[in-house]
Amino acid sequence: MADNYLKLVNTGFTKDLAKTLGLPRPTILRRYEPGKPLVPGPVVVLGAGSAAHDLTETLLGWGLDVRRHAGGPEKLGALILALDAVEAPGDLSAVALEAGAALRSLLPGGRVVSISRPATVNDAPARSAARMGVTGLLRSLGREMRGGATANGILLAEGIGAAAPSAAAALHFLLSGRSAYVDGQFINVESERGVLPADWDQPLAGKVAVVTGAARGIGAAIARTLHRDGATIVAVDVPQAGESLAAVANGIGGTALQLDITRDDAAAVIMEHALGRHGQLDIVIHNAGITRDKLLANMDAARWDSVIAVNIQSQLRMNEAFLAADLQGLRIVSLASTSGIAGNRGQTNYATSKAGVMGMVASTASAMVERDGGINAVAPGFIETEMTAKIPVATRAVGRMLLPSLMQGGQPLDVAEAIGFLASDAAGGINGQTLRVCGQSLVGA
Amino acid sequence: MADPASPAQSTTTGTTGPRPAVVIGGNRIPFARSNGKYSTASNQEMLTAALDGLVARFGLQGQRIGAVAAGAVLKHSKDFNLVRESVLGTALSPTTPAYDVQMACATGMEAIGSLANKIRLGQIESGIGGGVDTTSDAPIAVSEGLRAVLLELTRARTLQQRLSALSKFRPKDLSPAAPGTGEPRTGLSMGDHQAVTTAAWGITRQAQDELALASHKNMAAAYDRHFFDDLITPFRGVSRDTNLRPDSTLEKLGTLKPAFGKNLGDQATMTAGNSTPLTDGAATVLIGSEDYARAHDLPMLANFVDFEAGAADFVNGGDGLLMAPAYAVPRLLARNGLTLQDFDFYEIHEAFAGTVLSTLAAWEDEDFCRNNLGLEAPLGSIDRSRLNVNGSSLAAGHPFAATGGRIVATLAKMLHEKGSGRGLISVCAAGGQGVVAILEAR
Repeated sequence: MADNYLKLVNTGFTKDLAKTLGLPRPTILRRYEPGKPLVPGPVVVLGAGSAAHDLTETLLGWGLDVRRHAGGPEKLGALILALDAVEAPGDLSAVALEAGAALRSLLPGGRVVSISRPATVNDAPARSAARMGVTGLLRSLGREMRGGATANGILLAEGIGAAAPSAAAALHFLLSGRSAYVDGQFINVESERGVLPADWDQPLAGKVAVVTGAARGIGAAIARTLHRDGATIVAVDVPQAGESLAAVANGIGGTALQLDITRDDAAAVIMEHALGRHGQLDIVIHNAGITRDKLLANMDAARWDSVIAVNIQSQLRMNEAFLAADLQGLRIVSLASTSGIAGNRGQTNYATSKAGVMGMVASTASAMVERDGGINAVAPGFIETEMTAKIPVATRAVGRMLLPSLMQGGQPLDVAEAIGFLASDAAGGINGQTLRVCGQSLVGA
Repeated sequence: MADPASPAQSTTTGTTGPRPAVVIGGNRIPFARSNGKYSTASNQEMLTAALDGLVARFGLQGQRIGAVAAGAVLKHSKDFNLVRESVLGTALSPTTPAYDVQMACATGMEAIGSLANKIRLGQIESGIGGGVDTTSDAPIAVSEGLRAVLLELTRARTLQQRLSALSKFRPKDLSPAAPGTGEPRTGLSMGDHQAVTTAAWGITRQAQDELALASHKNMAAAYDRHFFDDLITPFRGVSRDTNLRPDSTLEKLGTLKPAFGKNLGDQATMTAGNSTPLTDGAATVLIGSEDYARAHDLPMLANFVDFEAGAADFVNGGDGLLMAPAYAVPRLLARNGLTLQDFDFYEIHEAFAGTVLSTLAAWEDEDFCRNNLGLEAPLGSIDRSRLNVNGSSLAAGHPFAATGGRIVATLAKMLHEKGSGRGLISVCAAGGQGVVAILEAR
């Protein structure tokens, strides 16, 4: 699991050797630690729209050192590009070029975050071109950044201000170490819903969260991360995984629920446990999933059907039951995969199920909002787990290093952080979306 | 300390007075045949695993439990504080007191029953009872001869005394002493004892094989309907009892040669198929007061109503070694104002199929009930469809001290699923002893 290469090129004489040889040198990413500053240095807000003003207020409210212009010898923690008012492609140049000039001042682990509005078919062509242009700008910028710095964007739906709770929450997430492996992505804020936490280090305080597939890997990391953020965890996995499931639950003061989620009554069992034992059910993380890789030409029914059953059909059935139970304020986060976005050789069944998850969350979103809740997905790219450790060394090296902008695989924690963000009440204005946690990878893994 | 418990629960059985002791749930590791999957697992590891699974299921991390009582029949002398040492290795609060209990195969029942009494008396609010055993990682002692030499050596003060002690050493003393299953007072193995009883009660091979088959089929079906999902936590990669044979048939069982009572000739009916194998495993049960369960939002599956120990005079009195429950049950029934037919489930530990069938035959027998039990009429027969309905020791195996915990948790869940009624537990034990108990649904 440990990425030895990452350690080698960042420590001791092998660091110098790698430099001399010109080897790719992925950086150890800046990850969230409770109590640490949100960003490593001052934040510069560029741009003129109303978002620039609102964001400055927000950042000042968090006690950050906020500037309205770059320049000077000082190293910077983050650049905010307020591009919400652009009407034509020409409007982008001032902010883009000023940002470019400031990039060399950006500290390792620094951030670029753009705020703009999504292009829609109702926009005038020039405005649409400008708004769409922002995505190209950010995604290319992401590929140019070094030292574990990332570039991501927030897209504010028409009529939603940058002061909306979920816009502030998305900005907080993207600036913080929680988004270490999120790069080149856009988060859509579609409404004024959402409640910011009283304590940014305990955003899930008082919540009860069910995490499926929690016995190991990404699921265990999700359980631990949500617990760290204040939630009480119901850790779910198949009975066969009970031994490690118990260890996870005991490590975080949660309860272990041995349950095959493909059972017809899985949601009922989950609700009975959560409501009976913890009095509430606020968050469900559909993490349980399996792979049964085979080229489609060699695919048998057992491989195909089991992947579909576990990865998507079970989630559809459970969500239906959660909706029928009319649970108020329930937030669901489901695990998709970049395989479901880019496709992956040998994973037709898996990619089908994971693309299916994205369709499911988009389509379930409105029903969740009616109940004051929400549903989103996270699509991990190449994540270092026991599962990916089985991939042949060379393929793994390519998967983790050469293709993502961050030149490394992500950690289960990185996926868990994104899930924790989307599961929080602060993300109430974000719904039906799939957020990639892939280090800006070109392909699925 | 009496708790004015909900009348619906407390008036059907038992006396008024002590507050109810409630079975909240259980956890065991799958049982594994001796010298198999758990051959290198110690009692402490297995009991710790079973406890940690229970802690995880019920969210007991960091909690101080009133007492943890458990034990092992085969125990290393270094494990004198087995249960406390196990507790210290779990996620429970280290301020949880624990003690070892030993009553042969009734260890688990005695541990749980005495904890229930403490809860009923108001001395503790919560308790975990159970047991563990391994016949794979069994204690092996040095021979008595070598032991005598070594002890004398430690007492020796002078060189002469030391030489004198050493001179008593003989090469044969090097052969180690392994624990046996023979009864100290008769020299007979438990199986050979039961073979005599089985033959005396005229229990047929066919009846024993049918009981064994039913045990396997019932337990396999219970697994298939996920019954054990919240009763078992896997251990060392094992998620089902390794002794379980879902595809067993009467034909297969019929081919097995007698393993016990070989001197009985045609009457030798007990085989490896209708006797429990040596098994490794651990089981635990969480019990508490109603207040405790409510305060922690924990389920209440059944009341642990009452229990009774019995002992049979198997040395000189002509009783069967494993017939003590036959004596204990009528006393328990009388104390609780019940008849043998007042139960929805019967959990009679299948040490051997012959044990179960001999016990049932004894309760049906007018002479036995009059002469041995002092009853005017026989206890009568039971509805066999209520017997060991989710399988018992013939299928699961029988890690001696763990069996009581397995049965209590299983029966409590069955009663809770049914939502009403009561169940009778009967567990026989070495030394001619046994413990029987009553659980009531909630």
